[in-house]
Amino acid sequence: MTKGSKQRQILGKVWNYIKKYRLGVCISIILAGVVVAGTLYLPILVGQAIDFILEPGKVSFEKISDILWKTVVIALITALLQWIMNMVNNTVTYHVIADIRKDVFERLQILPLKYMDGHPYGDIVSRVIADADQFADGLLMGFSQLFTGVVTIVGTLLFMLSIHSGITLVVVCLTPLSLLVANFIAKSTFSLFKEQSVTRGEQTAFVDEMIGNQKIVQAFSREDISLQLFDEVNERLEKCSLKAIFFSSLTNPCTRFINSLVYAGVALSGALVTIQTGAITIGGLSCFLSYAKQYTKPFNEISSVITELQNAIACAGRILELIEEEPQIPELENAIELKRTEGNIVFENVSFSYTLEQKLIQNLNLKVEQGQKIAIVGPTGCGKTTLINLLMRFYDVTSGAIKIDGYDIREVTRESLRKNYGMVLQETWLKEGTVLENIAMGKPEATREDVIAAAKGAHAHSFIKRLPQGYDTYLTEEGGGLSQGQKQLICIARIMLVLPPMLILDEATSSIDTRTEMKIQEAFGKLMEGRVSFIVAHRLSTIRDADVILVMKDGNIIEQGNHEMLLQKKGFYYSLYSSQ
Amino acid sequence: MRKLLCFLKGYEKESVLGPLFKLFEATLELFVPLAVASLIDTGIANKDFDYILKMFFVLVALGIIGLAFSLTAQFFAAKAAVGFVKKLKHALFQHMEQLSYTEIDRLGTSAMVNRMTSDMNQIQSGMNMSLRLLLRSPFVVAGAFIMAWIIDDRAAKIFGITILVLTVIVYGIMIITIPLYRKVQQKLDMVSATTRENLVGVRVIRAFGLEEEEKKEFVQKHKSLTQGQKFVGSISALTNPLTYVAVNIGIAVLIWQGAIQVEYGILTQGAVVALYNYMAQILEELVKLANMIVLLTKMVASGNRVQSVLEMKSSQIYPEKTNKEKQKKMPFVVFENVSLKYHGAGEESLTNINFQVNQGQVVGVIGGTGCGKTSLVNLIPRFYDATEGTVWIDGIDVKEYQKKEIRNMVGVVPQKAVLFKGSIRDNLCWGKTSASEEEIWKALEIAQAKEIVEQKAEKLDFEISQNGRNLSGGQRQRMTIARALVKRPRILILDDSASALDYTTDANLRKALQNMEEKPTIFIVSQRTISIQHADIILVLDDGDLVGMGTHQELLESCETYQEIYASQFKKEVSNS
Repeated sequence: MTKGSKQRQILGKVWNYIKKYRLGVCISIILAGVVVAGTLYLPILVGQAIDFILEPGKVSFEKISDILWKTVVIALITALLQWIMNMVNNTVTYHVIADIRKDVFERLQILPLKYMDGHPYGDIVSRVIADADQFADGLLMGFSQLFTGVVTIVGTLLFMLSIHSGITLVVVCLTPLSLLVANFIAKSTFSLFKEQSVTRGEQTAFVDEMIGNQKIVQAFSREDISLQLFDEVNERLEKCSLKAIFFSSLTNPCTRFINSLVYAGVALSGALVTIQTGAITIGGLSCFLSYAKQYTKPFNEISSVITELQNAIACAGRILELIEEEPQIPELENAIELKRTEGNIVFENVSFSYTLEQKLIQNLNLKVEQGQKIAIVGPTGCGKTTLINLLMRFYDVTSGAIKIDGYDIREVTRESLRKNYGMVLQETWLKEGTVLENIAMGKPEATREDVIAAAKGAHAHSFIKRLPQGYDTYLTEEGGGLSQGQKQLICIARIMLVLPPMLILDEATSSIDTRTEMKIQEAFGKLMEGRVSFIVAHRLSTIRDADVILVMKDGNIIEQGNHEMLLQKKGFYYSLYSSQ
Repeated sequence: MRKLLCFLKGYEKESVLGPLFKLFEATLELFVPLAVASLIDTGIANKDFDYILKMFFVLVALGIIGLAFSLTAQFFAAKAAVGFVKKLKHALFQHMEQLSYTEIDRLGTSAMVNRMTSDMNQIQSGMNMSLRLLLRSPFVVAGAFIMAWIIDDRAAKIFGITILVLTVIVYGIMIITIPLYRKVQQKLDMVSATTRENLVGVRVIRAFGLEEEEKKEFVQKHKSLTQGQKFVGSISALTNPLTYVAVNIGIAVLIWQGAIQVEYGILTQGAVVALYNYMAQILEELVKLANMIVLLTKMVASGNRVQSVLEMKSSQIYPEKTNKEKQKKMPFVVFENVSLKYHGAGEESLTNINFQVNQGQVVGVIGGTGCGKTSLVNLIPRFYDATEGTVWIDGIDVKEYQKKEIRNMVGVVPQKAVLFKGSIRDNLCWGKTSASEEEIWKALEIAQAKEIVEQKAEKLDFEISQNGRNLSGGQRQRMTIARALVKRPRILILDDSASALDYTTDANLRKALQNMEEKPTIFIVSQRTISIQHADIILVLDDGDLVGMGTHQELLESCETYQEIYASQFKKEVSNS
């Protein structure tokens, strides 16, 4: 019941999307009715024509000619309407999908980062792409087949009744058998399919691991063992695949068999009726036979459409879940537009944790003054990056407040806050587009000269110059042929162009070799004069001239001060430093 | 694809019987209209009740036998298809395992995984379908045509023309739409890439406040996709209406002809009904065939991709046995005029490298990003072959070693710390299945990983999830070091393996390695001078050239590149001194 009501709920929401195109849906329904009527009417016409072909000398050509012309014209009209109907269905479906995808994408822009960090990208992308596609297929199929199927069944029944009710009864009694059989097979193969997909998943995971890391497999001479393990899964998969495929492939032959029983039944009863009462003509019988042939088809189609629709609803559910995901806390109504800040940042009793169970930052107090250089050091996982997440307001503090120039950062607009920072992360990100576009990302109105100047500042100019099309080289997804270090230089050039009042460098130079790094540090040094900067670094040598060094461990700032002070203290910083 | 068919070996019987039984079934179906025709012409015309009943039973019998034939066919087809793919998968897996690094680079691992998974699924369903239907549909069409011919050769002409027109319609639309569908797929891939890009870059996008631009771009790309879908949809939506019109015109002509023939007493009314039925059958089968062909083209495409991997030869040949006779007396590891150029690369990654290392020495390899450090150490276990020159280990050319022997001799800790699904013990025993408990703990201790395992309740039986996701980067790295140590290699290569370790752990690791009993010859690749400054020999690489070799002190005095690297990491000391 709960499953059913949930499905209904999803359908309701899907309807909200379809509603916009209800005119199209109405047209499609009307057309479907007309098309089905036309399709069903043709066998009757043919039957009538056959009735005029009795025996030599008793053929009335005039009437046959009339009927045949009528057949052709009706076929043409039906075909035309069918085409229009198909196109209307396509249009409705594709537009609904476009609308849904647009909503998902818009939602993605305002979801809290917690969501992105907590869900694999692959999963989200597959919802936006694959699930939406499956849903579209289901919707399209549902549209065109479910409705026409039902209309065909009803229409066929009516037409058959209009010819002869007795024979119709034979058809009506026998067809449900086909449904029963199909249903029975589907149910009993369900567990087989499940087993197959579990085993297949197991095999895929294994292949992903072993082939994906083939170099390591070979480095450790594990080829034979991994082949053995693979064969074991492979054998199991073969067995359950065979069962699943064979049993599921019984559906068609079995329903076809039932169908042929119906056919034989109609032939028998039709012939008997003709002989005994003459209530049905030969043409009528032939028409009946072709109906009997077609009658079970919509039943089978409907049962497969229903499976497909259930699948589509499940997919729609997954997309809707994403669309309805709680967005980040909206901006305050009177949120302040932060101008270029002076860079006075205060942490007041800040506590934060990603999960309820695991506390991370507790009661952090910190005062940053204009122009200071703040370095954050500490072992991996101590919360360095968390601090940056809070500064940029990617995450909101659990308690306490971060203030900038006296404003609580939750009172200013996110955009104006973030634009005050220039951020370079360890994980570089380039957009598909030219190098120029990538550097100008934060300042699209920048001239080419500005961009080149920024690139020179980041020491990226010399390698960009050597790219095939220089600044107009098109970078594909994930930066294509550029090395990690080169990508990082482009990211740094981006910041050099914008020159924001505050800087955040999270291991920004980690994949650049140290010589280039030194040159960049120089450039940063110039950039940072008079600016507040936050620097996360592994290499302690790069941060010794910081005004304040925050030493973090397990989410707490355990030491705080400048290099000399911390060394004299002979604490954690001292031991970190001396091990380098 | 064709060459893959040899994997059907062992399933010859099934792959012949499957289609054959399907043919039997189709043949039976062709008799149905004939039975109905005689039921009308003989049974009804003569009011012969017994005859009608007889024909009824004939129809039922045809159904039953048809069912039996078809079930047999489905079974054989499924068995052959599944068995075929099982054998193919085995062969492909085995083949991939003996490809050398060069080929692995060329293929790319994600492509290799796709060949094993999605392509194989495609082949299996395509194979199953084609064993069942490929012969059946053309046979039914041809059969209906022949039956029509037998009934009336004039009607056969109408059949011929109709079949021709239908074929043109069905395949014409297919030929037009297939490339269009491909384009739509590309557009969908683009939308998918944009979504992914947006997720991966979420921090940067939000930092620059670019959300609106991203939305605009997405909507615009999707619009182009929707347009493409609608266009190709409207063409493929023509298939049904057009075939419908063609068949009905065919039927009209057929009946008109039939009427004339009946008038002259050449045909009976029942025969006309039979002809009409055959016409309907043809339409049905042609549509099935068209769907089948779509599936088939996908299968062939997948099959060709798999075949091209199978045809890929490993570029390295290993001798059956290590050639110990040619062993020369020389230092333990020797690089002699070694150059390396990767397949398809424009320039050499290593140029004319010469150095010698004695057994038990520690070698540091340093240089900027992309200078060839990894390339150099990868030549030692023969992951790649030097394009020029020779690498000697223990006086034997690495190309003269048996594959297993050289790989067992060298323990590698790669840059990317990868662990596998299974217990810690399983993972650590990768290089030596027979390793004892004591050996494992010893290795863990040296790798500074003992405490990680001790913290776990299950100790060595702690289950590592796929790709080691339930361990942190630093923990994984230490585990991979322990994994290489369990092997007790004579040469240990640490390829920037301490990058995720903090300095204290890194220092402790180096100390522990120094104090090992039966100390292996160690190559430490690093970007930081601190990690290698105590090495016996330091190799300084710059853009593929060996620009310096010696101890820390020697290099500080003589090697400019080394000085620069050192200075960049210890800025103050140098400027102060």
